[in-house]
Amino acid sequence: MSEKIKKATRHTNQNEGLIFEKSSPGKRAFELPPLDVPAVDPAKALGDAYRRGGVDGFPEVSEIEVIRHFTRLSTWNYAIDLGMYPLGSCTMKYNPRVNEFVARLDGIATEHPYQPQELSQGCLKVLQLLEKCLLEITGMDAITLQPAAGAQGELTGLLLIRAHHEKNGNPRKKVLIPDSAHGTNPATAVIAGYEVENIKSNADGQVDLEHLREQVTEDVAALMLTNPSTLGIFEQQIPEIAEILHAKGALLYMDGANMNALTGVTRPGDLGVDVMHLNLHKTFSTPHGGGGPGAGPVAMKKLLEPYLPTPVLVEKEGGRLALDFNRKQSVGRVKAFVGNFGVLVRALAYILAYGPGVRQATEDAVVNANYIRKGLEGVFDLPYTKPSMHEVVFSDAIQKKNGVNTMDIAKRLIDYGFHPYTTAFPLIVPGALMIEPTESESKEELDLFVEAMKSIAKEAAEKPELVKTAPHTTRVRRLDEVGAARKPVLRWKAGAKRSEAAD
Amino acid sequence: MGYPTQFKYSKDHEWIDVKGAVATVGITDYAQHELGDVVFVELPKVGAKVTTGKTFGSVESVKAVSEIYAPASGEVTEANGALVQKPEVINTDPHTAGWLIKIKLANPAEVGALMDAAAYEAFIAEKQKEASA
Amino acid sequence: MRYLPKSPAERQEMLAAIGVKNVEELFSSIPEKYRLKKPLNLPGPFSEQEVIRYFQERAAENSGGYTSFLGAGVYNHLRSVVTDTIIQRGEFLTSYTPYQAEITQGTLQAIFEFQTLMCQLTGQEVANASMYDGSTATTEAVLMAERLTGRTRVLVARSVHPEYREVLRTYAKNSELHVEEISYTMAGTLDVKALKAAIGEDVCAVVVQSPNFFGTIETLGPLAEITKAAGAMLVVAVTEAVSLGAVKPPAEADIVAMEAQSFGLAPSYGGPYAGVIASREKYVRQMPGRLSGQTTDSEGQRGFVLTLATREQHIRREKATSNICTNQALCALAATVHLTLLGKEGLREQAEQNLSKAHFALSELEKIPGVKRTFSGAFFNEFTVAFPKSVKLVNAELLKEKIIGPFVLGTAYPELSKNAVVCVTETTSRADIEKLAAGVRKALAA
Repeated sequence: MSEKIKKATRHTNQNEGLIFEKSSPGKRAFELPPLDVPAVDPAKALGDAYRRGGVDGFPEVSEIEVIRHFTRLSTWNYAIDLGMYPLGSCTMKYNPRVNEFVARLDGIATEHPYQPQELSQGCLKVLQLLEKCLLEITGMDAITLQPAAGAQGELTGLLLIRAHHEKNGNPRKKVLIPDSAHGTNPATAVIAGYEVENIKSNADGQVDLEHLREQVTEDVAALMLTNPSTLGIFEQQIPEIAEILHAKGALLYMDGANMNALTGVTRPGDLGVDVMHLNLHKTFSTPHGGGGPGAGPVAMKKLLEPYLPTPVLVEKEGGRLALDFNRKQSVGRVKAFVGNFGVLVRALAYILAYGPGVRQATEDAVVNANYIRKGLEGVFDLPYTKPSMHEVVFSDAIQKKNGVNTMDIAKRLIDYGFHPYTTAFPLIVPGALMIEPTESESKEELDLFVEAMKSIAKEAAEKPELVKTAPHTTRVRRLDEVGAARKPVLRWKAGAKRSEAAD
Repeated sequence: MGYPTQFKYSKDHEWIDVKGAVATVGITDYAQHELGDVVFVELPKVGAKVTTGKTFGSVESVKAVSEIYAPASGEVTEANGALVQKPEVINTDPHTAGWLIKIKLANPAEVGALMDAAAYEAFIAEKQKEASA
Repeated sequence: MRYLPKSPAERQEMLAAIGVKNVEELFSSIPEKYRLKKPLNLPGPFSEQEVIRYFQERAAENSGGYTSFLGAGVYNHLRSVVTDTIIQRGEFLTSYTPYQAEITQGTLQAIFEFQTLMCQLTGQEVANASMYDGSTATTEAVLMAERLTGRTRVLVARSVHPEYREVLRTYAKNSELHVEEISYTMAGTLDVKALKAAIGEDVCAVVVQSPNFFGTIETLGPLAEITKAAGAMLVVAVTEAVSLGAVKPPAEADIVAMEAQSFGLAPSYGGPYAGVIASREKYVRQMPGRLSGQTTDSEGQRGFVLTLATREQHIRREKATSNICTNQALCALAATVHLTLLGKEGLREQAEQNLSKAHFALSELEKIPGVKRTFSGAFFNEFTVAFPKSVKLVNAELLKEKIIGPFVLGTAYPELSKNAVVCVTETTSRADIEKLAAGVRKALAA
């Protein structure tokens, strides 16, 4: 790179091997308090079940080696704390630190799910307040906080829909899903026992109402819709879609992954949605932590309330809260215990910090996305021109002429100090660049991003090889994914040769 | 790479090479190119029955999995074991060493309905035109 | 608002650059009648202090000051402050799923180390980078067995955690799976005769938990033989992972579904935890969840990537092995740090302390007239006792002494009313145990 890149410079990273490679018998990193009861002979107590000598191959290192090992590893990661993630539909917003603090409080982190309910009123109040807030935000009547993630929320939603149809005498066979949907939608429909039928999008990237009318029969249980769509465009005809479905007794499920465009501005319940899930690790700021944990609450209209997963939070006389396990029509439970409570705490902390002002976050998210769209219109191909909400989808059509595709551009963006945007999704846009900045980005960061993308577009035109062989500045170069899949090596083994090249 | 004239081709990009009552089946050069580097192949066991138009296995790359559809019905007499260790042969030699299965044809006349090399080449030319439109 | 990095002037600049007069214009695609005219009715806005105060007040309304003897799938164990020091680092906490391997080698290598530790613990060949928790891991293991065998009958031990069985039933309802329960004997382990009678060539999986919900350790050898002879797969669920520090790993299992909460994850009223599926290499393509694989870059350097992704929902869609997307990565990282700190000797010592304390607690309780151990099999840190009186009454008395008593079995196991499961870990002091015994003695005398 001959020109200086403002945001990123070279950085010296420490090398670090696997923790097993640092292990040496006799090193300890943790000591337990001494045993205060008579020691039992484990061989006698366990008999044949006794595991002699401890776990083979387990590391033996000291505390400072543990600290250095993981600290060094952490410096190889990109993170929100370092800079923007333009990942579409991921809503990589700031993870407020006070959320981490409150989730760790004694009395919050320490509670056992089976302790007496009279000693858990604090936890139950947290759940109740979160339920109330999420119902207000979504415009729905009832909610479950049990699902551990969006995909589990989707499954729960479909199970509720199935229970409703079964109650009405016909479980129905199919779920309709737009071709622009996230992969979890069809995967979930199959697990719920339904067949998947695709609905085509029209030229504007919206659900084609005419085709929909033909496809909705009494065999259709539901339509799973993402709104705004994965193109970042608001499905303007949602009320009509709901009507078409309801006329045939089918239900409208909304994938709430893109709630960051709607919170405080409109409510899915008001638009005719019957049931939806939320991703607390997207819209509600709980941290991604390298891939989870998340939480996927499911909110619904009254007609689905009888089927709520067990247990259900109820209020008894005198304001005492309790968990009701006696739910005859419940779909069952999708997970042990009440839900990912620690994640729920963080989401509530986020909502409390904003209060009614949460609309401002939505407005800033939409302004940010449109600012990027304006800055890059003409530089990258824009396949769908309807107004963007919180995310914008470009394509690599212009750069493809020089053999540079969206993956290449994404990898080159890394050299500019950013995490790539979402590549190759949604499927209806070949060579997609899906960009969602979220409200957490300052004008400065957005300007740097637009500048970087413009520079890469120029490189794609003038020196495409530079882009096609990116990234150039990372600790490791492009990794051999083919070799990893052909001959998977999924664990370290004792006696494995330590890597020759610097790690 | 050319398309051997003695093969017949299906719309799902499989080729079939008939020798009497036994046929060899594979995927075409176009298919392997679309898939990318093959990492794994799932094939049926000897003795398994395959049915025209139904899947009998899959070919997997890093980014996608492709079902393989039987171009004709029959019973599997051999599966290409070499592909277990070296799935990449499908990329380098899709029409020769990268064959997938050999079958005893249930109904040899069926194969007549498939495309010949010229028709297949025209078929993929159309596909490529659509893609770049 | 402190989370929004924009000044009013900057907002105006940006609106002008976009070419609109106000923000409302950007929402014009939402039909007017559905645009909210008033702010949402939500509590707040709270300053940082007010957020903290809210949760401190809730914390004070819980079980502070009580000693607990509950296990039943969630365990109180020692946690080092080092674990939080690491997982609170922004580069781990706020990082995304490692799809872009070049800039997430930290996460990917840590996952690889986690996978290795899980294999070492369970005696299996390959482990994934976490499922939501033990209950869903067990269910996913059964679904995996269904895919691998093509069969649909499932035999589940009644001594498997009741909520795990509930989750399995919920998922099974909408599939071809038929779930049947196999009872236990007075040893507290799976009834082998009943298993022999029930097994057949239509069974995909036999599911047991060890140590089971009663605390008893299952003898897996005979179960594995019967299962394999029928061509079915043995799924072993492990809810108390610390047991693997002293108890032989379930190497006879075809699939192990483990809950890793005991490794550095706070009880946190039910979650988030970390489930793990571990199995044989030959089944890896049917294993759900993410996998971090070792590879090299174009310069020969070792690196790690998510691999075998074609099993997953974002590629396979309706043919995926599971719909799981987000998993429990940070929890798995916490477990990795925790286990690295404990190390070989630390885990062994911790497990043996659990064993000793549990045996001490049993001997103290058995001194009380009328109290006896229900089952005879070997146990780790949980055991079942029978009281001459209703457990609920005993527990009510114990609460007055600020003790949260053992888990009442009568609700999930009506045939075991007046029985309860006592859990003791290395965090339970001798004084606590003696207090429990004294409290039970008093409650029974009353």
